[in-house]
This record gives sequence, C-alpha cells and structure tokens, in this order.
Amino acid sequence: MQDKNNSRRTFLKNLSTTALSTILLSGCSSQAVEEFFQRNFRELSKSDVDRIINKLEDKYFLKYGKKFHVSAEPAMDETEFAYGLDLSRCIGCRRCVHACVKENNQSREPQIHWIQVLQMDKEKGIDFSHSNVHYNPELVPEEGHFYLPVSCQHCRNPQCIAVCPAKATWQEPDGIVVVDYNWCIGCRYCMAACPYGARHFNWAEPTIPVEEINTETHYLGNRPRPKGVVEKCTFCVQRVRKGKYPACVEICPVGSRKFGNLLDPDSEIRYILENKRVLVLKEELNTEPRFYYFYGV
Amino acid sequence: MKVNNHISSGTIFILLAFLLIVSVSCRNRRQTKELPKEKRAHVAAMNVNDISVPPLPFSDGIFPCTDCHAHQTPSPIKRVLNWHEDIDTIFSHDKENRWCLDCHSLASRDSLKLASGKLIPFRESFKLCGQCHGDKYRDWKVGVHGKRTGEWNGKREYLLCVHCHNPHSPKFKSLKPEAPPHLLGDIEKDQEIQTQKPRQDARQK
Repeated sequence: MQDKNNSRRTFLKNLSTTALSTILLSGCSSQAVEEFFQRNFRELSKSDVDRIINKLEDKYFLKYGKKFHVSAEPAMDETEFAYGLDLSRCIGCRRCVHACVKENNQSREPQIHWIQVLQMDKEKGIDFSHSNVHYNPELVPEEGHFYLPVSCQHCRNPQCIAVCPAKATWQEPDGIVVVDYNWCIGCRYCMAACPYGARHFNWAEPTIPVEEINTETHYLGNRPRPKGVVEKCTFCVQRVRKGKYPACVEICPVGSRKFGNLLDPDSEIRYILENKRVLVLKEELNTEPRFYYFYGV
Repeated sequence: MKVNNHISSGTIFILLAFLLIVSVSCRNRRQTKELPKEKRAHVAAMNVNDISVPPLPFSDGIFPCTDCHAHQTPSPIKRVLNWHEDIDTIFSHDKENRWCLDCHSLASRDSLKLASGKLIPFRESFKLCGQCHGDKYRDWKVGVHGKRTGEWNGKREYLLCVHCHNPHSPKFKSLKPEAPPHLLGDIEKDQEIQTQKPRQDARQK
C-alpha cells in the first residue's frame, strides 16, 4: 500500500519535472516562458505591471518596427461610463465600424469587427432574426429601414464574466468589461454566453497593416492581440480614461453616438436617460446593459 | 393546539424565506452616489462664447456679403434672384412661405436677422434656427442633438446646425456606406485562391 502511494507521487513529480524541462528545452524563448507563468493582471504588483509593459513594448517594436505606448491607466474615481445611441438618427453608414477597427487594431484578415450595424425593417421593429448586416446599397439610409449598431453592452450583470473559467475577463470599477489577453485560455465560453454576439475570437494570428497600426494602446484594450484569445469593445479604454470620447463617437457623421459619466447629473447621458425614450437590448435577460438606445426625436 | 403551532412555524419559515430573497435581490441594486458640483462637466451651463466651433461652412469667396452687396441697391420684393442660382435651385426650407429676407438682413448684409428684427452674426446662426426648431435647439444645447468631439469631461468642440444641415436645404444628405463585413463565402473564396495558387504552380513545373 505504502509502496503504491509512493510510486504515484514519484510518477507525478517526475511528470511535472519532465514537463517543465521540456518547456525549457523545447526552444521556447525565456519571454514566452515568463508570459506563460505570468499572473492574472489584477494580481500583479505595480512593478510587475511596469516590467511586463516594457517587455510588451519591446516585443511590439520588434514585430511592427514602431514605438508603442502601452498604458495600464486604472479607472478614474467617481466615474461610471454609459453609452447612448440615437436610433432615430443612425443612417447605417458604418463609419463607426471602420473607425473602431483602426483605433483598436482589429485584425483585417481574418476580419474582426467589434461593431455590427444591423439593418432592420421598420415594419418589423427590432427583430434580430430578420436583420441584415451585409447590406450594401449605393446610398444609406434606405427607405423603410432603420439601423441598429450592436457592440459590447458592458452589462452590469455580465454573463460572459460569470462563465469564464479562468477569470480572464472582468468588469472594471468604471463599468468597462475588459479581457486580459495574456490570461485568456481561448475556451470561448464567454462568446457562447454573450447574448449580443459582442465577443470575437482570434482564430489566426491577427494581421494589421503596419502603416495603419495605432501605437497608442492600453493593456486591457487595443494592444495587438495574440492568436487564440477573445476580444471585444472596451469603450476605447485607452481614450476614455484620458477624458477623450471613444473613436466611434468622434467619427459618427450624424451625431447619434453619446458617451459620458452616469454619476455626473449634468452629463449628456444623464439628460438622455431622464428626458428621452430609452431602451436596452434583450431586457428580459436581466443583463442590465450600460449601452442605451434612445429616440432623439 | 398542535395544528396551530404547525401553522405559525410554517408562516415564520415562509416569511423568513421571503425576507432572504428580498434582501439578496436588493443587494444587487447598487446605490450610486452623485458627483459634487465642481466635478461635473457643466454641459448645461453653456455660454455662447465658450463654444469652440470649426470654421463656418461658407462656399468659397461668398463671405463677407458686403463685398458685392455694398454696391447694389437693396430691394425687399420677393423675386427670383439673378445671382445665387445655386441656392435658388436647392432651396427647400419651407419654400412656399419663406425667402431670403426672412433670415438675412436687408439693412446689414453681413448679419442674420431674428423674427424680432434683432441682428445676430453668422457665428450665432443656431439662435435663428432655434426660433422654429425649439425642441432640437434645447437638445443641441445639452449635447444630445448634434455632434460634439473632444473630451467627455472637459473641453469639446461643437458642430453648429449649419455644419450638418445646409440652411437652404436642411434635410441630412444620404451617404455612401463603408464596406460591409466579409460574407462567409468571401472568406472561403479567399482561402481557395490561396490554396489553389501553389497547386497550379506545381502543375506548371
């Protein structure tokens, strides 16, 4: 009996030693090994974060030949972000989709779009089963249709976070739902759990034209992602934590996109919630989105 | 007596369970505290002079109006103009009931004129629009109608009514949409092309 127990223990011990030495001897760079053993972003000390960010910046410089700035700016005090989108104004021009791709270094091939603009029939109302994301007429808006852009809703009760087995995605104090790309194991449970189709998986190494790359990045946001991780809208965390509007708000030619601090009673978003007809998508699921659709007319 | 005891303990149990459910569900509703006055964005308290706007969208060489009009005898009679054809052809802003001098001043060519007769500079044209479109004006002043760029908690740039709406033909113009996302078929085609190329090369060799 005693012998048997011992042998199992030795077996496991040997197994782990072999595994470790295989990793070390298999030609992995020391950085890859270090990345493998990196802790969850939320458990890192300030000095660890600084060291990791320096390494990342070096890595991106080697890969893209450009000087990157990777920020780890934490949430501002007394901010709780919310987003408003005016359904009576949106004309479905997709400027936001492509501004978002550029700002957030999304892969061009395979293609990832954080924003999907859905064309809906006015007769049917908001009806996802009859919506069309591939519309491509000469001019928009088209007669008899309205447009509903969907991206991450930054739910107060996010199901994606509840199902993540690695705790690689979480909600920041300012309400932004983020992903630690170094901690994500790529299981895609979150994609299955999200009722808005807001999360996207890097099936292959992302490709971004070097001349279009945005070097102003955030660790939890638009820094270049590795293959095999999930990514999503972060309200442009690299911009909004510096006080700037998200890129989609800045580009929208009809001004249908609004962004602000819910805790500020003088903010645009509070005016919308207090004075306009507001709805959230799939309210019955109790996800409590921070993304509000409204009718400005 | 025994039966009574049963009922009372049962009721207490149900009551406790109910209280537990209520307290758990209430804990979910977070209480949000409001920002103190000095930390707010002050969007509502907007002073016209604080508005930072991009240059006004005048046609080339059209302003100041006095460059031409100073040498002409003004006439207040409603007519088809023999200059400004570009405006005459597109004019569709309650055409039936209005014409130039409902907004432009006959006496002061480089100003706009409110219904009261008060003159305002072109820079403040939103006041003129706001006379009829009061609801939009109200929303625009708080940043809900129209577009602002810059900082959500600080300095922003405002677009005026005329940056998006041609005052002579105010309906927002249609736009060409940007490229739609790839269809699944497109991706498969791409992959076919990629995989076929080397094969063809090999055959040629």
